[in-house]
Amino acid sequence: MSRPSDYVDAGARPQAEGPGDGIVQPKLGFVGTLRFIWRQLTSMRTALLLLLLLAVAAVPGSLVPQRSSDPNGVIQYFDNNPDLAPMLESIQMFDVYGSVWFSSIYLLLFVSLIGCVIPRTKHHFQAMRSRPPRTPARLQRLAAHTEVTLEGGNAGTAIESAHALLKKSGYRTELYQGRNGDVSVSAERGYLRETGNLVFHSALVGMLLTVGIGGGFGYAAQRVIVEGQTFVNTLLDYNSFNPGRFYNPDDLAPFAMTLDKFDVTYEQKNLNAYGQPIDFTTRVTMRLPTGETEKRVVRVNDPLRFEGADIYLLGNGYAPKITVRDPEGSVVWTDSVPFLPQDGNLTSLGVIKIPDGLDEQIGMIGFLYPTAYKMETGAYTSTYPDLVFPVLTLNVFAGDLGINDGAPKSVYELNVDDMTQLSGGESGVDSIELMPGQSQELPDGRGTITFENVNPDAGAPADQDATTTDYAGSVARFASFDVHTDPTVGWVLTFAILILGGLLTSLFVPRRRVWIKATDNADGTVRVEYAGLARGEDPGLGEAVDALAFRHGTALGLQR
Amino acid sequence: MDLNELSVLSLWSAMAMYMLAFIAFALDLARRSADVTAAATKAAATASTLEATEARGEIVSGRPVTTLARTDSDAPQVQARHSPVLRVALALTVLGFLLHLVATITRGVAAGRVPWANMYEFALTGTLLIIAVYLVVLLRIDLRFLGTFITGLVLALLGIAAVDYYVEIMPLPPALQSAWLVVHVFVASAGTAFFALGFALSVLQLVQHRREVGGEDLTKLRLKFLATLPTAAHLENLAYRTNIVGFILWTFTLIAGAIWAERSWGRYWGWDTKEVWTFIIWVIYAGYIHARATRGWRGSRSAWLAIIGFLAVMFNFSVVNLFFKGLHAYSGL
Ligand code: HEM
Repeated sequence: MSRPSDYVDAGARPQAEGPGDGIVQPKLGFVGTLRFIWRQLTSMRTALLLLLLLAVAAVPGSLVPQRSSDPNGVIQYFDNNPDLAPMLESIQMFDVYGSVWFSSIYLLLFVSLIGCVIPRTKHHFQAMRSRPPRTPARLQRLAAHTEVTLEGGNAGTAIESAHALLKKSGYRTELYQGRNGDVSVSAERGYLRETGNLVFHSALVGMLLTVGIGGGFGYAAQRVIVEGQTFVNTLLDYNSFNPGRFYNPDDLAPFAMTLDKFDVTYEQKNLNAYGQPIDFTTRVTMRLPTGETEKRVVRVNDPLRFEGADIYLLGNGYAPKITVRDPEGSVVWTDSVPFLPQDGNLTSLGVIKIPDGLDEQIGMIGFLYPTAYKMETGAYTSTYPDLVFPVLTLNVFAGDLGINDGAPKSVYELNVDDMTQLSGGESGVDSIELMPGQSQELPDGRGTITFENVNPDAGAPADQDATTTDYAGSVARFASFDVHTDPTVGWVLTFAILILGGLLTSLFVPRRRVWIKATDNADGTVRVEYAGLARGEDPGLGEAVDALAFRHGTALGLQR
Repeated sequence: MDLNELSVLSLWSAMAMYMLAFIAFALDLARRSADVTAAATKAAATASTLEATEARGEIVSGRPVTTLARTDSDAPQVQARHSPVLRVALALTVLGFLLHLVATITRGVAAGRVPWANMYEFALTGTLLIIAVYLVVLLRIDLRFLGTFITGLVLALLGIAAVDYYVEIMPLPPALQSAWLVVHVFVASAGTAFFALGFALSVLQLVQHRREVGGEDLTKLRLKFLATLPTAAHLENLAYRTNIVGFILWTFTLIAGAIWAERSWGRYWGWDTKEVWTFIIWVIYAGYIHARATRGWRGSRSAWLAIIGFLAVMFNFSVVNLFFKGLHAYSGL
């Protein structure tokens, strides 16, 4: 009983109405029980319940942050709800879409789907090969029915022309001789409707399989690159790397990518959106082992597809270049440190860790204000995202960075538990404040720190009137990239198109049977009846039967 | 006055027209109720001599009058008279639509891009499409009895949008600079428009069903105009036809969104909150279509699914946009 009464495959069976769908079988036995369960599982009602269950089960994943899409949100959730979070964790609430319960629902649904599609496909093939059914004796009983009486001719010629007309209109036809001397043509069309339905459901299975298995053949990785730096496409050079189950990192395409320039255009005309970025353009140079190089561009919404890898521009920010010298003046540390943007005007937060070279390990928490503005409270804020008046402030800590045991630590976090604050906050010492090109002593004569100007030609901080100084380019930018391959996207797209195509055909191709019957009357006239029966939703049936009658009349040369 | 100010002015004028249309449509419903009362009284008077069925098609001196007729269901139906107020309501709706269209187009021209890039603009275009779909459907099927509902819904949505979601014109952030914005969001809005119409029909179907079950006595009927509306079965078919068009557009939205996500974020599907809700809505409507083909689920139960589906659409547009965290942070607020 997989389909309701108005479908082909339900027609032949006795229509047991009422509870239980007629599946009342006492004493099932083992095989009988299995068959009973299978029949229940593949019933339309189970499919419906599983669909509704799937919709409900998908909801919690939008209420609670998910590891897959928002890992930081999960960490924060644990911090904010220390009691609730572990409970939710135990029922896989942070991995809803990979959870046992969510998976069981959709797997059951798909088992049901397969169990439903296979017999229907068989049935459909039979239906396509069988003859249109015998013409019912009383056509006037059908929903769509009309008749005319012809003044001349005979039933045979009328049916011949009806037969030709229906054939021409794409119907499959069959001629029948009635008991009362009538002749009729029985016709059926719209097999494509069921074909579309089967294509749709099969493509859903195909989609699930490709997404489920296919995802294992690719990888997803992230990498932050500062202007001027080069990244080599190897496992070690990524900041993070998530291979699919079947992916071998040895298969990574050998190439290198240099970030030449990261250009941002900011809105300057529209005052409502002043400073909003309106274009990011990343210029890169790709290099192959052969030594060939190629200049390319990566933009948002316009990834770079190179050697089977898809490279996406995801984020950007400033990476101030900082140099630290010991009291003797020799460099102990120098690097461009990516700072994470905190707001639309790119107030950025970064962490600097100097493990070696000084008396004690030094950690610094820095804020970069691309266009610094001192508020009344004395604190800085940034009023524009570009480098108009860049200021870097640093709070310095000394002690144990906690990285000696070799365990990986986030480069964006500083654990100050075992450190003393030397400047800023409640230390009583002013924070270090630097503009590009400037240097300052570290507290207690521990050395010096320099905020390098990476574009020294543009402006000199020594100018008394700093506002006229051009700081453009004085701080390098970084861009963060996602690099992926997924060899199955083509298949996913194919199935998506089949799903849409199948849906369109199955919902809009009408499936109908029509009959045209002609009877010679005693008085020499011919009675012609036209009737139609819809299979499934068919709002145009009545019109179609009327149109058929009209065209048949015209073909017979009826005067109107 | 610049173009955007013209857009705002035009929008408020459109809302005024919709408001008047709403009143006119409501008057029409009141008049229908009055007709039903009249027909019921008349039927009671002639009941002793005539079966109610025979009153069908009665014409007095060439003027069409209210007639009482039997249909397949037991509950009596009353044929509605042609009414001038309905014509006024429709004219006001068309006028409102034209002003609304001007508001939307000028907004787009002023911004130099498609007018659907933040919540205010989604609402502007989405409601325009609701009215457009309604008017186009009216050319083929007489759904004028839905006028109160449609103008009321659009008025409420526009009111909220104009007061709470209004933002000045902003340039498109790089994340939205894509041809897929044009396709994906427009098709989603069109789908929403069909779902809105289907929702209205499903609600009426439920109410009508209750009336039909409730029995024959027109004088006891609370919402008397119901007797002038199509039967529940007919409303159900109309709702189904509208909803499947919405469903196909929604399926396309889902696919187009996945293609865009692949271009923009590097994965076609990531269970982002907005993606989750688009999926939930899709599954609910798939359930609805199944329900229509499942014995025991046709009729009222499937209508409830259509109603839940549309509520999810509205939830997705409002609450999910505003309060849920995710990559689709484009409300502009
Ligand atoms: C992954 C789960 C499923 C989804 C998303 C789904 C979706 C749909 C949709 C959208 C339709 C309407 C379009 C069409 O006719 O092609 C439909 C129709 C249909 N489905 Fe499914 N389906 C699912 C599973 C199933 C299962 C398990 C069965 C069998 C028990 C089934 C049986 C049917 C039947 C018989 C129809 C025809 C109904 C009609 O023509 O009105 N489906 N399905």
